Amino acid sequence: MIPEIGQLALILALLLAIVQGTLPLLGAQRGIRAWMALSRPLAAGQFLFVAIAFLCLAWSFLTSDFSVLNVVNNSNSRLPAHYRIAASWGSHEGSILLWVLMLSLWMQAVSVFSRSLPREVLARVLSVMGLVSVGFLLFLLLTSNPFERLSPPAAEGNDLNPLLQDPGMVAHPPMLYMGYVGFSVAFAFAIAALLGGRLDATWARWSRPWTTAAWCFLTLGILIGSWWAYNELGWGGWWFWDPVENASFMPWLVGTALVHSLAVTEKRGAFRRWTVLLAICAFSLSLLGTFLVRSGVLTSVHAFATDPERGLFILVFLAIVIGGALLLFALRAPQVSGGGRFESISRESFLLANNVLLIVAAGSVLLGTLYPLVLDALSGGQTKISVGPPYFEAVFVPLMSPMVFLMGIGPVARWKQATLPELWTLLRWAFATSLVAAVLVPLVTGGGSWGLRLGLFLAFWILAATVVNIRERIRNFRGAVHERLAMQPRAWWGMILAHLGVAVFIAGVTVVGTYETERDVRMAVGDTVEMGGHVFRFDGTTEATGPNYRAARGTVTVLRDGREVLTLHPEKRTYNASGMAMTEAAISTGVLGDLYVSLGEPIDAQSWSVRVYHKPLVTWIWSGCVLMALGGLLALTDRRYRLRSTRQQRAAAVISPA
Amino acid sequence: MSRFLLPFGVFLVLLGFLFVGLKLNPREVPSPLIGKPVPEFTLPQLHEPAKAFSPQSMRGRVWLLNVWASWCVSCRDEHPLLVDFAKNHQVAIVGLNYKDKPDDAQAWLAQLGDPYTLSVSDLEGRVGIDFGVYGVPETFVIDKQGVIRYKQIGAVTVDALQGKILPLIRELDQG
Repeated sequence: MIPEIGQLALILALLLAIVQGTLPLLGAQRGIRAWMALSRPLAAGQFLFVAIAFLCLAWSFLTSDFSVLNVVNNSNSRLPAHYRIAASWGSHEGSILLWVLMLSLWMQAVSVFSRSLPREVLARVLSVMGLVSVGFLLFLLLTSNPFERLSPPAAEGNDLNPLLQDPGMVAHPPMLYMGYVGFSVAFAFAIAALLGGRLDATWARWSRPWTTAAWCFLTLGILIGSWWAYNELGWGGWWFWDPVENASFMPWLVGTALVHSLAVTEKRGAFRRWTVLLAICAFSLSLLGTFLVRSGVLTSVHAFATDPERGLFILVFLAIVIGGALLLFALRAPQVSGGGRFESISRESFLLANNVLLIVAAGSVLLGTLYPLVLDALSGGQTKISVGPPYFEAVFVPLMSPMVFLMGIGPVARWKQATLPELWTLLRWAFATSLVAAVLVPLVTGGGSWGLRLGLFLAFWILAATVVNIRERIRNFRGAVHERLAMQPRAWWGMILAHLGVAVFIAGVTVVGTYETERDVRMAVGDTVEMGGHVFRFDGTTEATGPNYRAARGTVTVLRDGREVLTLHPEKRTYNASGMAMTEAAISTGVLGDLYVSLGEPIDAQSWSVRVYHKPLVTWIWSGCVLMALGGLLALTDRRYRLRSTRQQRAAAVISPA
Repeated sequence: MSRFLLPFGVFLVLLGFLFVGLKLNPREVPSPLIGKPVPEFTLPQLHEPAKAFSPQSMRGRVWLLNVWASWCVSCRDEHPLLVDFAKNHQVAIVGLNYKDKPDDAQAWLAQLGDPYTLSVSDLEGRVGIDFGVYGVPETFVIDKQGVIRYKQIGAVTVDALQGKILPLIRELDQG
């Protein structure tokens, strides 16, 4: 019964979405108020029905209803409850439903928080989102029904892929999808602006907070995914340039460019056409990512059940949404005026350069991701290659290094016109300090390649340039230093925090890349191995039983200066339902570095192959991402967004006394 | 306007590649082993561990090597096809029982039927490494000279069996 209710709710949501995607849009074009007014109640109704559908699916998983095919394939009665809920988005069907849920959630948020928008704009924005929703609901109902019944019901389920049985899996997809789908808001605003022919600073101000919010979620989503891979895959890597990772990274790069470009459009009225194009591209890449993951055109560690028919559906959908948007852009963009003028040395020009570098970086990731496919297609299926980390690293570092360098200059440069001598005077000490630090640090820590020096230089550079930026910013205010600091708007502090996050991230990546050590040793009980000033002693394994797996649980004692400081328990698990073996690494996390131990294979009754890693500053990678996301959140709480809404509420109250 | 059409043009090209890509199968990775002699090994037979098997003994016959395990879910999918195939064709199928417990493996065959001429136990997966196995099941077609001619990654499907494996076996049998 419950699955049928879910199915019915999906059909109702589709019907509402069809109305939402058409009537308000037509109403806005023809000035019919009643049709425009439909958009908000329709969005609410759609959210309600999609939420009901999702709850029905989650309920089927929670109660282990093995008459539902999706539950049979992805769950098991012995699976712990929180993973049973997470399993509802562990499958292809469930994850598309999650996508739609997130989309309707964003729609509902727009409808609630953007009440003050002009009627036509709100109607167009919600209508465009409604059209996207139609596509995905049709996709669900026609090719990927999550509620398909199995008759007769199965006695037991096949279990959730053990790789996905990790706390990271509970949080990663919802966060990532919030980010992916969140760019649909910026996209809808861009389309609405193109349709309405009003592409100005107001438009940028409206879509800016939504873009920042989506960007924050995407940052956190990618971060959790990376952290999950680090914990779960058992070889201590944190980024693999896997097609699916790239699929989430490309919208992030373009989204980052969009966040900055929107700032210029709002403050200076410049970059209008460019910003619109970025908004279209960010969401297009989200859709493309979905296509790449769901259609099976690329192989990946994230292999879901793939199906060419589904691939074709998404491809047609892509063609309509992206093709339509780009065509509209080509038609309307020539009518948009260029906006504020600026000199070749100015904050605008630095931001433009950063934007271009970010886009080229995204383009090269796209190229690397699709190259195997393109080659395969050109050679008629004869040439299969895979593009790996060497390509991405070779391309990415040279593109990102100047980007990061400009990141230090941009925020202190003046709008409209700046001069190089002026910038040099401001930044020369920051430049010298970071250069010296980049040379000195490797002398102390030992070793060091040019890569290490470059990474350190960039990290110190952002830090030093940020200090200069803060000093310059508060110079013209009065009062004690802390008062002057407190006077600055949160949006500005958000920028500072996010930029510092990049410095922390670069420091982490550089140091762990240079100084991580790894030993792969055969250890019998009592054997020791030394690494990073620690001695690891293998104390053997014991049998352990989990809710749905059996495990060999190792005990590794870590000694420092002969004293026991830590006990780690890496596990080798065998999941009952699938028989899959999983390595559960034991990680001791510290600010200065992680100790990471994972069990390989048993060699004989007494000994195991054991992998031990010392990863200095590895947590800085994720801390940096957290800082970036926090910076975004801080910017979202800026006074002007709150002020505007209260002011408008007051204004609204005056106009329409109830 | 033409320069504003550029993004649209780029997108169309991309769309074209994606459309072609949809019809290609990225899982059909050509194995570096194709055209190479089958790796030599000697392993105990599953049902009679005292007896050993080595590919040398299959010289002069076209045969299949199927990598399977009782813990493998996809093997359950392809198993009925293999049983059917074994009934209807005079082609030897050697099972490489990969990282499995012999007791479990024998019970599995007793329950689901045994399509194999014989199975050998690769307890630690050493031979699997020589064959470049990276997922169970996998199936190799080996010709009379002991050269690997085809590799199926993942479960054998009706399409793969009718469209590729059977025609290839017929061709090799005549050669």
